[in-house]
Amino acid sequence: MNVPDDRQYTLEHEWIDSRGRVGITDYAQDALGDVVFVELPEIGQTLKRGQSFGAVESVKSVSDLYSPVNGVVTAVNQDLAEHPDWVNQDPYGSGWIVQLSERSGGDELLSADLYRLKTGGDQ
Amino acid sequence: MQTPLTSWHRRHGAKMTTFGGYEMPIEYQGILEEHRLVRESVGMFDVSHMGEFLVTGPKAPDFLDRLVTKAPSRLQPGQALYTFLCAPDAGTVDDLLVYRRGTSEFWLVVNAANRAGDWAWIRDRLPSDGVELIDRSDETALIAVQGPKASQILAPLAGSEVLELKPFRFLNEVRVANTTVMISRTGYTGEDGFEIYAGAQDAVGLWEQLYRQGIPPIGLGARDTLRLEARLPLYGHELSRSISPLEAGLARFVDLEQSEHFVGQEALRRQREVGLASIIVGLELTAPGVARSGFSVVDGDQTIGVVTSGSFSPTLKKAVALALVPMKFHTVGTPLELVIRGRRVPARVAATPFYQRNRSAR
Repeated sequence: MNVPDDRQYTLEHEWIDSRGRVGITDYAQDALGDVVFVELPEIGQTLKRGQSFGAVESVKSVSDLYSPVNGVVTAVNQDLAEHPDWVNQDPYGSGWIVQLSERSGGDELLSADLYRLKTGGDQ
Repeated sequence: MQTPLTSWHRRHGAKMTTFGGYEMPIEYQGILEEHRLVRESVGMFDVSHMGEFLVTGPKAPDFLDRLVTKAPSRLQPGQALYTFLCAPDAGTVDDLLVYRRGTSEFWLVVNAANRAGDWAWIRDRLPSDGVELIDRSDETALIAVQGPKASQILAPLAGSEVLELKPFRFLNEVRVANTTVMISRTGYTGEDGFEIYAGAQDAVGLWEQLYRQGIPPIGLGARDTLRLEARLPLYGHELSRSISPLEAGLARFVDLEQSEHFVGQEALRRQREVGLASIIVGLELTAPGVARSGFSVVDGDQTIGVVTSGSFSPTLKKAVALALVPMKFHTVGTPLELVIRGRRVPARVAATPFYQRNRSAR
């Protein structure tokens, strides 16, 4: 399982990087299977940490998205409307979901090492 | 519980789930790809969790005619039918296949989750003599080979009498891949294909020969999307103790004119005479989103129905669903709304099946 060291993670299997981009982890996309639709928030929406802001639908199930920090949505990945499978193929790159600014409340985020531990070790 | 193939699935990297009490593969390489393989080529499913009952004896034909909604006594040996066990109130106890293996020998294939209930249901109605009921589920493995290339890929492993079977015909005690099996031209995918019943001890050997022939294993995830596109019902969703076969839109598998009265016939007749209150319809979503089983169907401010099955359709590349709605909403094109996690998503009643294979291709 791929867990890049250059970003932080949540127990809900999301990542956030230094630019404020948010997506789901390799572990999450593998558990979901083929992603067919990503429900995105509105640009400008204010999110509280832990607030549900969208969902990732796969063929067989759905997973809510929870904001890893407090922040304001400044961008959403519109390409996912055409290419929801990017969440599977490149969860840490072209499969990003939203970008947040005015971020706060990130003190409970996990390092890559800690996230690996929480998801059953570095396999 | 495990099927004879559960550990094979694990060893070959399947993601596993529990279905009907059995550890089953949900997917191998992804539902979309597995779905495509069955629609365009061929794939095989381990469906050994299904229950199999043998019903034999001189009174077996008459007994079954009074038990299910279409008379098995009218089958020729070598012929099978799809039918229902109904309750006296018309509710569905199970949907099943009945194979006539001989004048007084029938093979019933029931849903895994209903196996114990069906067994009790049938046993409680047995006459004092002349019919014997035997549970063969644990000794029996079931492998479904499905897809437009099913016949072609089985050609090196089976005789022409197998390859030329017509739909709902079968052969018992025939050799396929050097294994003695029962094989029928049936399936649950909307494609051409075969279902192969083998002894549990022969399951791994047979499966591996099919695998070496180039038939990819397919999980239950794609089985569900394939059957949904073909509008094939899943018990507990489109059929239940509170949804009759008529309400499920499956009247062609119910013979209400039958003279040998079967359990539930009176109540089903009454449903037809009075008119159905509700019926299962197809829905297609007209905005992004995926409807799932249990979601509400609304018309204006009113909740009018419920989604019984819903998924993204890999073939149509859009979300489709089956839903139980009042009869007045059944017309194709009727606009409705679905509630998806608090969000209202527009949908309309769609013609079913959502997908139908091109039969001239065979």
